[in-house]
Amino acid sequence: MSVTTVSSPALAQRQPNWLVRLFDYKPFLIVMCLAPAIGLLSVFLTYPLGLGIWLAFTDTTIGRRGVFVGLENFQYLLTDPLWWNAVFYSVVYTGIATFGKFALGFWLALLLNNHFPFKSILRAIILLPWIVPTVLSALAFWWIYDPQFSIISYLLVDVLHWRSGNVDFLGSPWPARFSLIAANIWRGIPFVAISLLAGLQTISPSLYEAAMLDGASAWQRFRYITFPMMMPILAIVMTFSIIFTFTDFQLVYAITRGGPVNSTHLLATLAFQRGIAGGELGEGAAIAVSMIPFLIFATLFSYFGLARRKWQQGEAND
Amino acid sequence: MTDTVAQSSAVADAKAAPDTMAWDSGLRRLMMIYLPLGCFVLILLFPFYWMAITSFKPNAELMNYKDHNPFWISSPTLAHIKHLLFDTAYPRWLKTTMLVAIGSTTLSLIASTLAAYAIERLRFRGSPYVGLGIYLAYLVPPSILFIPLATVVVQFGLFDSPLALVLVYPTFLVPFCTWLLIGYFKSIPYELEECALVDGATRLQILRRITLPLAVPGLISAGIFSFTLSWNEFIYALAFIQSGANKTVPVAILTELVTGDVYQWGALMAGSLLGSLPVAIFYSLFVDYYVSSLTGAVKE
Repeated sequence: MSVTTVSSPALAQRQPNWLVRLFDYKPFLIVMCLAPAIGLLSVFLTYPLGLGIWLAFTDTTIGRRGVFVGLENFQYLLTDPLWWNAVFYSVVYTGIATFGKFALGFWLALLLNNHFPFKSILRAIILLPWIVPTVLSALAFWWIYDPQFSIISYLLVDVLHWRSGNVDFLGSPWPARFSLIAANIWRGIPFVAISLLAGLQTISPSLYEAAMLDGASAWQRFRYITFPMMMPILAIVMTFSIIFTFTDFQLVYAITRGGPVNSTHLLATLAFQRGIAGGELGEGAAIAVSMIPFLIFATLFSYFGLARRKWQQGEAND
Repeated sequence: MTDTVAQSSAVADAKAAPDTMAWDSGLRRLMMIYLPLGCFVLILLFPFYWMAITSFKPNAELMNYKDHNPFWISSPTLAHIKHLLFDTAYPRWLKTTMLVAIGSTTLSLIASTLAAYAIERLRFRGSPYVGLGIYLAYLVPPSILFIPLATVVVQFGLFDSPLALVLVYPTFLVPFCTWLLIGYFKSIPYELEECALVDGATRLQILRRITLPLAVPGLISAGIFSFTLSWNEFIYALAFIQSGANKTVPVAILTELVTGDVYQWGALMAGSLLGSLPVAIFYSLFVDYYVSSLTGAVKE
């Protein structure tokens, strides 16, 4: 049907116009179609990536072209306790937050996979923390973590009488670190839950029924059906989550700006502090480049997750 | 032999799926599903409730939990919102953010539609590798790019200009949109295009009259998703924009409204609420597209 509607104007325009013929020439068309995307990505992504690696080996500051200084920036970083601190906290932050997000997100996905009324509304509500600008919800967390007027302190002290004094969320290193991790988990749960829910819905119910006939318990069904079937999607979602948690910037910058006494700096916030706020572009770039090995590790993780999916699809076809 | 038996009973079971729940007593279901779900929803929504309630509370109530129940407002006020709209540059920040989000979304939609069409439909040697390259670009986080990008932006003379953001945001929007659209284009039967080719349509006509109309849901998904991502972007906007007037909402609230040692929580929360509202409204209109683009991007 649609073919007939197309054919008449197409025939009408079929004069030997050189422009039309040029755009019908496949190699030319391919180049034209790819040009905007590839152009944008190479100017604003590939080139800066290379430039960043180059900057890491120079002593550039804002307003002054640097000279090549070899590994000096990295040697300095290795002796810098603040950098080690940031590496340590980045790893702790990523580790605990990812674990929390996936444990709670998987649980939420399993809950949402049940039948109950108003399911689609609930699913919509749950995604809200992920949709709202992170900085703005981080501000809400900052206010929730206020030393004097924290609503959590109020609940614990005046309502439940569990504590005698207010909780000092952001005043000392470890509580501040865990407060940030909690905010990150809060923000990450929806994404994990909704992605995993999509994966759960692709698992055929007949698998569970077969297992139930064979007498498998609820735990066994989860362990031997749900979990293996979810492995590929878990691997992909986890890679994304690890990459974007490790390079997180907004939450920390909005809530603590790296304080108290620089204990909550992630590598990204440290790079910003040194590179943009402090003007030491070379050193900031070196800090940013020092994140790359970790990211490569996470990407390889993703690759093997994908490879495994292909293998599983092959199995299913037999 | 046993397989066929299992299969047939599985089919029977599938028909009676709701009945298999009968062994769940109501109480068990309440404890295992509704209670944890309730906790999740409560915790996920509480910061928004807190944000909303703070923005309508007079300062006296904000700082006094002894006489006023902090979970409720005794005398709601619009003072914070009035302060925000008339005493600060908030309307201007909103406008800048809106323009940047619309501009970068349009740019990336055009670029990624063409790229996805070339990769999925024009099929040339090496097209899977181009697709993989664009996918890899998605894995490069802004945190390792913003320092060199700042120097690039300065070189182009775009520092402190919202145009820089319009040009830079596609770096994370194009990879995402391209992958989403490749998935959509794949679902369109190739035969439709072949018919059009036989009838003498040019490639561009095919794209405009057949492929694009069929891919409209994908385009909407990619569009609203890009809009949200650009609205929420923070680190580039923080690094590339200096003057107060040109800032986007998330950056401006954090850098312009947080002043001194006494934070004006009422105004801060009102700003956050107003800044979240456009995406939240947008989201409520297109929930299904969000969910499909989120899950589609993961599955592709």
